[in-house]
Amino acid sequence: MTAAAADPMVPVPFRIHKIRRELPDTVTMEIAPCSPAPFTFAAGQFNMLTAFGVGEIPISISGDPGDGTKVVHTTRAVGAVSRALDRLTVGQVVGVRGPFGTPWPVEDAFGHDLMLVAGGVGLAPLRPALYHALAERRRFSRVIVLYGARTPKDMLFRREIERWRGRFDLDVDVTVDRADPSWQGNVGVVTKLISRARFDPYATMAFVCGPEIMMRHVATALAGHGIAEDRIHLSMERNMKCGCGLCGHCQWGPHFVCKDGPVFRYDRIRPLLSIREI
Amino acid sequence: MLDGPLSDGATHALEPRDLDRLIAALRGRGYRVIGPRLGEDAVVYDDIAGTADLPAGWGDEQEGGFYRLRRRDDGALFGYTLAPQSWKRVLHPPRQRIFALSTGAEEVEMAPADPPDAPMALIGVRACELAAIDIQAEVFAEIDPGYVRRRESSLVVAVECAESAATCFCASRGDGPAVTGGFDIRLVEVVRDGRHLFLARVGSVVGADILAGLTCPEADPADLAFAADRLGRVAASQTRALDDSAGRKLGDFALHARWDEVAGRCLACGNCTMVCPTCFCTSVEDTTDLAGTRVERWRHWDSCFTLDFSYLHGGAVRPGAASRYRQWITHKLATWHDQFGRSGCVGCGRCITWCPVGIDITEEVRAIVPDENER
Repeated sequence: MTAAAADPMVPVPFRIHKIRRELPDTVTMEIAPCSPAPFTFAAGQFNMLTAFGVGEIPISISGDPGDGTKVVHTTRAVGAVSRALDRLTVGQVVGVRGPFGTPWPVEDAFGHDLMLVAGGVGLAPLRPALYHALAERRRFSRVIVLYGARTPKDMLFRREIERWRGRFDLDVDVTVDRADPSWQGNVGVVTKLISRARFDPYATMAFVCGPEIMMRHVATALAGHGIAEDRIHLSMERNMKCGCGLCGHCQWGPHFVCKDGPVFRYDRIRPLLSIREI
Repeated sequence: MLDGPLSDGATHALEPRDLDRLIAALRGRGYRVIGPRLGEDAVVYDDIAGTADLPAGWGDEQEGGFYRLRRRDDGALFGYTLAPQSWKRVLHPPRQRIFALSTGAEEVEMAPADPPDAPMALIGVRACELAAIDIQAEVFAEIDPGYVRRRESSLVVAVECAESAATCFCASRGDGPAVTGGFDIRLVEVVRDGRHLFLARVGSVVGADILAGLTCPEADPADLAFAADRLGRVAASQTRALDDSAGRKLGDFALHARWDEVAGRCLACGNCTMVCPTCFCTSVEDTTDLAGTRVERWRHWDSCFTLDFSYLHGGAVRPGAASRYRQWITHKLATWHDQFGRSGCVGCGRCITWCPVGIDITEEVRAIVPDENER
């Protein structure tokens, strides 16, 4: 093995096999290694994705951890690299390093209710946890998905959410911040859905992903409903250049978000969440 | 290059011409020899061919925001205290290419990795700098094979300090001025009674082998006693101090009013992070040719004082200078313990010397963390 092959900073070429436009600024791409190699990950982990010649960004994996045939990423075009990824077409090559980071502790919720609370594109990093839970559905009591989008048009994976909602073994509730004339559902922030959800607070594991301010409010609300702080998990986001504790950018208090997170136990990070600009 | 300490406790006395032979022997073994020399009105660590390149008869004067070379009258080769740039510059280079590749419409071909550089012999490494090298080795272990290779292939000739700069506080950190380990050869320069000597000890098998080839006499016990006594004075002469337990508490003072006060002086220039021998942060940059087919990625030093450092879609997590200074010093002195089991500060004082406005890390800690002894 050459020194370069052992270097975690050197990406591996993956080819794009399928692209689905989810929203005007959001696409899901299915990729696989150009030279066949196994790729396994746990729900909640992320890859560093390279648009060659433009740059590299951390993107969570949004596919099924039980499906070893492809790697699925959902990206929203907000910066130079994510816009370049958005423009790629089937057959083109992206660079992949990973997977990195801590996973959602799905199996720690066995025997309990599992609640996933997502805001906006934050549903993407949570979807693998739901796939994992559904693959072992009988091991859980209730499985609850609470999702908030800005408007009905911003709803990610809408058709899939509607399918989930049709299942008898899932409790799915959705809200939007602002309705449009087509919308007959809930209006308001996602925290409002928590009080209407049916769950046993003394035996519930909650995974939360969305904008930081949304996660802070949701975690406070969940704790207020009696879920212990060590059974609430949040997925944090920070600037990252490496994914493996090398570049220093993602530091958040004592944590490297890339390797100590992105999934953190709420009781371990609660003090940091309330400090401005930390 | 460290093969474990040797039981042979003998100290040998080298004359300046023996040091020349030592450097020649290192070059003969294929080492790229890097040591102190004059450049840019300062001492810089750069390639040297022999003792003629060393800054003979030059010392330095350092204070908050102040550095000047000054003439010495003793002709000492290592009479300066610390160069502005640390050994970080050679072991963790400011710019490194991560990869090069050519890309077609649907293919990507990685260029072979760059061949490793020649092993380096580092001449004149101070105690605080050895501690800093150990700290970076811990940070980069397992994640930066290039650093690990450069460090492990490097031979270290440490030179103990004969005096402290006004900005030095290694004694309060436990990281100096005595050189106690991590070297292949340790030198103590003694200029007295018309004699100019280097008291040499070995710290590794390679160091012992090289030193044995020079066949120098054993040192005079009187010189050893002089050196030991002087080392005590070097430590005692340090006027600045930074208590590790105080630094560790910085995380408890995230909302202290002093952060805004220091932000009124701090220019957020990042000098402190560039000269700090342990600051390790980097960023990456992709470049292409005009056709977009040849792509390279470069990793370069970055600083937590830049606005871009914490950029997340929409804006920086730390837009204010107060939060950026807080991040730097809190990481250096407090959260470094959580991450790597010790503080990231070795007391070299470079951040004080090279701060354009002379912000003093030891003073800021005292202003923020109450002194337990004064209660």
